[in-house]
Amino acid sequence: MISLLNYWFVFALMLMGLYVTIASSNLVKKVVGLNIFQTSVFIFFISMGKVADGTAPILDEAYSSYSNPLPHVLILTAIVVGVATTALALALIVRIREGYGSIEESYIQQQDREQSP
Amino acid sequence: MSTQLPILQLLFPLIAAPICSMLYNRQLAWLLSAVATWASLATAIALYIATADGAELVYELGGWEAPWGISVNIDSLNALVLLLITGIASVLIFAFPASLTIQWLGTRARLYYTAYLLCFASLIGITITGDAFNVFVFLEISSLSTYALVAMGRDRRAQVAAFRYLIMGTVGATFILISVGLLYMATGTLNMADLATRIPQLHDNKVVRAAFGFFIIGAGVKVAMFPMHFWLPGAYQYAPSIASAFLAATATKVAVYVMLRFIFGVFGAELFFEVLLLDQVFLLLAIVGIVVGSLAALYQDDIKGVLAYSSVAQLSYMVLGIAVGSAAGLTAAVVHIFNHGLIKAALFAVLAGIFVRFQCTRLSELQGLGKYAPWTVGAFGIGAMSLIGIPGTAGFISKWYLLLSVLEHHWWFVALVIIASSLLALAYMWRVIDVLWLREPTQLVTERGAEAPLHMLIPAWVLAGANFFFGIDTTVTLGAAGRAVASLLGVSS
Repeated sequence: MISLLNYWFVFALMLMGLYVTIASSNLVKKVVGLNIFQTSVFIFFISMGKVADGTAPILDEAYSSYSNPLPHVLILTAIVVGVATTALALALIVRIREGYGSIEESYIQQQDREQSP
Repeated sequence: MSTQLPILQLLFPLIAAPICSMLYNRQLAWLLSAVATWASLATAIALYIATADGAELVYELGGWEAPWGISVNIDSLNALVLLLITGIASVLIFAFPASLTIQWLGTRARLYYTAYLLCFASLIGITITGDAFNVFVFLEISSLSTYALVAMGRDRRAQVAAFRYLIMGTVGATFILISVGLLYMATGTLNMADLATRIPQLHDNKVVRAAFGFFIIGAGVKVAMFPMHFWLPGAYQYAPSIASAFLAATATKVAVYVMLRFIFGVFGAELFFEVLLLDQVFLLLAIVGIVVGSLAALYQDDIKGVLAYSSVAQLSYMVLGIAVGSAAGLTAAVVHIFNHGLIKAALFAVLAGIFVRFQCTRLSELQGLGKYAPWTVGAFGIGAMSLIGIPGTAGFISKWYLLLSVLEHHWWFVALVIIASSLLALAYMWRVIDVLWLREPTQLVTERGAEAPLHMLIPAWVLAGANFFFGIDTTVTLGAAGRAVASLLGVSS
């Protein structure tokens, strides 16, 4: 159980993030939920690459056991993608606020209903 | 030179994109995008010819050998998908300038072309890559540029639609990332060909099964498979018309391709059909998707809404083809990827032309347009015929093969659903044609009624003509699909 502690945290964070993304009506909170969800996946990949008692993956004769660098490199890419997604989402929220005067989804839907015949 | 072909088509738009973002002159930005698109088309045609004998081209990026480096694999299946993406983009690029002038973008038009080029490049990237993680990266690049393309719609609802798409799309892509992570944990490799050799020994492994589940959900969002289709109608409806045409014809089709490639080329047909029985889930979702999409299309006032919901139904046909799983069913799915791309490109291209004239695509305001714009509405009619599946059009070919494959299994109920949904397609397209041709013109139409601008009308007719061409001469589509399916089933067995 304890040896898999990281993964328990990953799944707790993952579900929390998904719940916040789905359940909140405030658009910024949705983005926050999405970020928590993505972060949980980052931790998942980083935990995956860790080798017990391993060092950083540097070639040196003194060390024989080191962590797997590949998942860490992969997740660097995913972090960049996550930052870009967040930036775009926030930019969209700014535009939505200019158009609707609100970032509450229920209020936006109400305005859409009134607008369309 | 010819050994570099597989990667070249990706490099043209990818290098053009950053240059394009600095070209303040609108014509220059267009010219650069167009040249990059056409260059990719030329490469795709060369690749199609090179793979026409069933050969598979493997290109190792940076000279690193396959399981360690990233490889680019071209076989009959992705050669056909590449032909579709680059061909449709090459025709639609003519219609971009006129469509963008009414978006009031000014010098920012260059950024729109940049987003388009990035989307185009990443769709090619998804299609050619032989590396599972690479699929995720390109998927996210294409998604991010798609959100930007959708959000540029003039209506404020475009931004809301883009935001909803962003939330669903990111959750879906992250699910694919989880799936790739789990696969790497279980097998220690990311190369698709390598994965395919290792997974058959791990059928009882819960990690692999979880990876498959996460992948299906993630890819399902991108395909807009029922019930994960909620982003699609809004995104297609409020996006600038020309972006709708490009996305409807290419983005979801590439997602179906990814699904096919992973199910048959990575996880293996045995795991899908015999161990996890996912084909029954797919069958159920496809049938519900076909019915719900067709019924919803019947009640839309916006023509773009009609087409968007019809896309949900048509994508479910492809899911159905995967669920059938036989060579005939998969051939139908692959051919429908191509043919449906042509159909939706033609229909949305006509709508883009109509939108330039009227700044709206609502049925209630466009009554009687046919009297003033017979050529525009005529192109729409041909697209509609192909969508319904009238013999002689491309839409007929794929529906016919789908029907045959279902009857092969003696699934009479499913065959009935296909026929009923074709009748529904006739109903919702006839409703549009009826309003456009036979009703008395509204005031808006009598005041401003005119054909779509010529450089939008011609691409629409080229695409409409392609629907006839590929409905009569099926050597390109059926030939490539047959070879593709043979290799897909060969890999998995």
